[in-house]
Amino acid sequence: MKHHLLTIAVLGGLIALAVGASEAFGIRLYDRIATHLCISLVLVLGLQVFMGNSGILSFAHIGFMGVGAYTSAVLTIPVQMKGMALPDLYPVMQGIELSPYLAVAAGGLAAALVAAVVSFPLMRLSDAAAVITSFALLVVLYTIMTHWSEVTNGPRTLFGLPKATDLWTAAVVALLALGAALAFKESRTGRLLRASRDDEHAAAAIGANIPLLRWRAFVVAALFAGIGGALWGHFITSFSPKAFYLKETFLILSMLVIGGPATVTGAVIGTFVVTVAYESLRALEGLINEAKLIDQPVIGLTEIVLAMAMIGVLVLRPGGLFATREIGVLVARQMARWETRSWTGKPPTAPSTTPTPKNPKTSG
Amino acid sequence: MTFAIQFLIDVLSLGGAYALMALGLVVVFGILRLVNFAYGELIMVAGYTMFLVSGSGLPWLVMAAVAVVMAILASIATDYVAFRPVRAKSVTAVLITSFAFSTLLQNAALLFISPRPRTVPLPDMFSQVVVIGGVITPMRNLITIAAAVILLGLFALLMRRTVLGIAMRAAATNFTMARMLGVPSNVIISAAFAISGLLAGVVGLLWIGRIGTVVPGIGLGPLLIAFIATVIGGMRSLSGAVIGGFLLAFIDTSLNYTLPQDLLKFRDAFTFSLVILILLWRPEGLIKGPATGQRT
Repeated sequence: MKHHLLTIAVLGGLIALAVGASEAFGIRLYDRIATHLCISLVLVLGLQVFMGNSGILSFAHIGFMGVGAYTSAVLTIPVQMKGMALPDLYPVMQGIELSPYLAVAAGGLAAALVAAVVSFPLMRLSDAAAVITSFALLVVLYTIMTHWSEVTNGPRTLFGLPKATDLWTAAVVALLALGAALAFKESRTGRLLRASRDDEHAAAAIGANIPLLRWRAFVVAALFAGIGGALWGHFITSFSPKAFYLKETFLILSMLVIGGPATVTGAVIGTFVVTVAYESLRALEGLINEAKLIDQPVIGLTEIVLAMAMIGVLVLRPGGLFATREIGVLVARQMARWETRSWTGKPPTAPSTTPTPKNPKTSG
Repeated sequence: MTFAIQFLIDVLSLGGAYALMALGLVVVFGILRLVNFAYGELIMVAGYTMFLVSGSGLPWLVMAAVAVVMAILASIATDYVAFRPVRAKSVTAVLITSFAFSTLLQNAALLFISPRPRTVPLPDMFSQVVVIGGVITPMRNLITIAAAVILLGLFALLMRRTVLGIAMRAAATNFTMARMLGVPSNVIISAAFAISGLLAGVVGLLWIGRIGTVVPGIGLGPLLIAFIATVIGGMRSLSGAVIGGFLLAFIDTSLNYTLPQDLLKFRDAFTFSLVILILLWRPEGLIKGPATGQRT
């Protein structure tokens, strides 16, 4: 438990630092990047809840982000704008206008509800079949979002959402998501699920109801994704279904994989690393385009670099940057090491008396 | 009667293409338990090769052969770059690297060629129509059926009659045991990727023949079809992939004819939901593969 408080302190400190730095600089661009970072954190932590604990790759996550975003949009677009933004909306829903905060929660609940209904049968599948069906689910959700003109305005851009998400709300939600992801990891469901991840047969033999456990994690993950999507919608204020497809999936997945899917720390650090890399690469692309070095615009460079980084991480460090241990454990161990040193009064070069590995930072 | 012939030709030509796509995916999955997300990009490679050699003035068949060879080379390169280094690691790791590699290839096409569609040269034969039993049919449908029959026949012959084919089937059943009996694993895996590339190249030409242009994202449609067909048919059975391809074509064509216009745009959603239902009933797919062997 102490370790988890430490983990929350370290990672929460990191989020606070990002917010503080952005506030201190006061540049709009940094404000935008920091808010994006916090929203990505919510999404990546959600994916970690399912993928990290169950060990199954889910492609459907971004689809649930879309469910959350559209639910919240329909509930919050001002009544006088609805005729323009959603001309075909069902008459029953035309008079509804909720406060964005309520709508964000509703978006999360809607995503969780959809996930609960459609995923229950799918959780029986493992390995490749599970991944392919989650991919199919993403395509189904995308097809529905693109064609259900009454609610989503079809493939066209939906506009008119009130801008309700600022840096502070996003940061607070990200902190809550951090705590919830850690709490889920240490809950009975989380522990049993990780047992099933490491050995499906052994876990089933001690009585773990694996499909039920996976289903719970999937629903929690969809809740995160829905809330993240709704927050994103109220930040960006206009979007089209294209935002909830493979490109975004790739980005969120790269954050989790580079950081390490098995740990909450990995999810957080991966989000930070990839966000910084992504934004700098995008800036670089912009610079090249502005300088007109080549006669056609440069696009896709960012994704190429990220894809190579992802393959590189999987080849060299298959578990990601933080493969098994949360940062709290690593910090606590390092502190214990210093304490033993100061008690025994030995010089720092002497071999440590505790059986700690040589380099705890990288031993995970 | 004319409707029956129309329906039959539609199902057979679509099913032939779907079956070839699914077969190309499953031939790799059977041996390596590896879902190749970069499979669709092989079709993209074939398309862009056609575009790049289109100015050379060569006969169309030579250009097509070059495109298929490029798809085969790209497939073998995929193995060396993206899969060989992580093959021994978890299934998820392999899935993610292939997804990353697919993104990489697509964005390379975006960066080095263009995000806009590029025209691909096609022989006149593709746009001609013929009349069979009172039904007007595009010639390319008949070409697709012929190509599917020839390739499926050759593939069956290869798997049943040649040493390579028997070794590949042995490897698909129990890879470790096959290796212990002297089957060279790397040769088998490269051969599987080469066959996968060949099928993707041919399907790519037929697929692009329907549209006439190539874009970086062209591989997504065929990839999804191949995924779904293999899942329906049974992930590890070669005949299952072929049956799955034809069944999926049958479902798609029937929905095309029966769904009302305003529901037709949701066709993909219907098809995929149906697939999810089939999986609930038979998680292993319609046809079970050989008994489980260990992945390398």
